Amino acid sequence: MSRRATHLRVNPIRCDAFGHCAELLPELISLDEWGYPIIAEGPVPHGLQQEARRAVSLCPRLALLIEQRDADSA
Amino acid sequence: MSVAVQPRQRVATLPRLLPPAGADASLGAHIERYGHLPGLRGEGRALISAVEASGLRGRGGAGFPTHLKLAAVAAGRSPIVVANGIEGEPASHKDSLLMQINPHLVLDGAAAAAACVGARTIVIAVNRSATSAHASLAGAIAERAGAGSHAQFELVTPPDRFVAGEETALVQWLNGGPAKPAFVPPRPYERGVRGRPTLVQNVETLANIALIARHGPDWFRELGSESEPGSMLVTLGGAVGRPGITELESALPLRAALERSGDSDGAARAVLVGGYFGAWVPLVSALDAPLSEAGLRPLGVSLGARSLTVLPHATCGVVETARLAAYLAGESAGQCGPCVFGLRAIADAIGSIAACEPGANDALRRLRGVAPQVTGRGACAHPNGATRLVASALTVFRDEFAHHVAGHCTARSFEPVLPIPAGRAEWR
Repeated sequence: MSRRATHLRVNPIRCDAFGHCAELLPELISLDEWGYPIIAEGPVPHGLQQEARRAVSLCPRLALLIEQRDADSA
Repeated sequence: MSVAVQPRQRVATLPRLLPPAGADASLGAHIERYGHLPGLRGEGRALISAVEASGLRGRGGAGFPTHLKLAAVAAGRSPIVVANGIEGEPASHKDSLLMQINPHLVLDGAAAAAACVGARTIVIAVNRSATSAHASLAGAIAERAGAGSHAQFELVTPPDRFVAGEETALVQWLNGGPAKPAFVPPRPYERGVRGRPTLVQNVETLANIALIARHGPDWFRELGSESEPGSMLVTLGGAVGRPGITELESALPLRAALERSGDSDGAARAVLVGGYFGAWVPLVSALDAPLSEAGLRPLGVSLGARSLTVLPHATCGVVETARLAAYLAGESAGQCGPCVFGLRAIADAIGSIAACEPGANDALRRLRGVAPQVTGRGACAHPNGATRLVASALTVFRDEFAHHVAGHCTARSFEPVLPIPAGRAEWR
C-alpha cells in the first residue's frame, strides 16, 4: 500500500480572496498581489496538520481543501 | 477479432481523413470510399484493445492515450458519449472542416466509441458559428435515420468562447450551465452529463477510431512514428504558401510540412506552434523538428490543437503577441482571481510595450514579474497557456522588445496575422 500525504489545495473558482487562510497558516500560505492564496509546494508537515484543518474549516467560501495524495505522486 | 476484418483498402498513404475537395459527402459515397463499419455489438472490449494496440492519442490538444479514456468510461454505468467538435482556438479550423466534408466518418467514430463504452446516447458538439459543419452533420444524421440506423445522435451548438471546448466546460454547458471550466474532481469520465460517466472525445480522434475499427491497429501504424502513429490534421497559417488545413503523417518534420504547402516567406524568423495556447519558436531551430509531442519537447513546445502559424518577416512579434494577450485576457471565464487579474495585468503590460509608450521599461519588468503569480493557479489551464505564450515571446522576440522599450518598432507591416474574432460571444 502506498503512503498517503496530506496536501492543501484551493478551489480557485470558489475563492474570493478573503485571505483568512494566510493569516491562520502563514507558514504554508502567502497571498499574491491581488490577495489570492499561494500554497507552498509539498505535503503539510506533521506539526502543522491541526492548523491546516483549522484554516480549512474557517474559510468563509469553503474554498480551501485538504486532499490525501499518494506520497510519491507529490 | 472481428473488428480487424480483412481491410478493404490497405494504403499507407494520405489522405485518410480528408477526402479531396468537392468530394461527395453522402452516405453512399462514404461507404464506397471506406466500406461499412463492421458490426460492433459485443465487440467493445476488443475495439478498445485494438485502439490500445494502434497507439492512438487524442487529437484535441492534450494528447492523452485514447484507450485509457475509453476504458475508464466503459467501467462506469450508463455512460454518454460527447463528440467534441468545439474549436475555441481562432487559429484552428481542422475539426470544423473534418465535420463539414467527412461527417459520416465522424458519426462512425462516435458510434464505434459508443460501442466501446456501452453508451446509447451520443451528443455531437459543434461551434455555434460553424454553420457549414452543422448543416453537413445534420444532413448526415438524417440520411442515416432514413437508412434505418437506430443510433441516437443529438447535435448541439455551444457558444464560441475560447475555453468552451475544454471538457469540463462542455459538460457544464450540456448540463444547462455556462460554458465555463469546472473544478475537478469529478472528471467527466467519473461524473459528467446528467451525472453519468461521460466520454468527451475530439472528433478527429473519433474519425481515427472509425478507421481502426475497419482496418486494425497495424494499418493505423503504417503512418507516423512509433510513439505517435497515424495522420494528423494541421491548420497552417501566416507566411506559408497555401494557408489552410492539411493532413500530414504524424512526426513529419516542419520543413517538409512547409515545403508541401508551397513557397513560404524565406525571411520569416518565428513560428507559433500549438496556436494561442502554444508558444513561439525560432523558425531555424524548429525546421528539422518532427511535428510530434516527442519531437517538439526539446524545444519546450507542444503541438496542442495542431495549429502552426509562420510570422511574416515584416511583422512585429511583440505587436502580434500583445493582440493575442488582450484577446486571451478577454476570454478568461472570469471565475478564478489569478486568471482574471493576472491576464489583465499581462495584457496591459505587453500592450503598453507594443505601443512604445513611455515607461515601457517598467512594463517589461512587470511582465516578467506577473507570470509566476499566475501559472497553475486557475481551475483550468487557460492562465498557463497565456503566460506560456508571453514567456516564449519574451525569449524569441528579445531584440524587438528592446527596440520597443527604446521607443520604436521595426515592423514594416501592421496587418494583423493571427485571427481574432470580432466581439465577444455569450457563455450560454
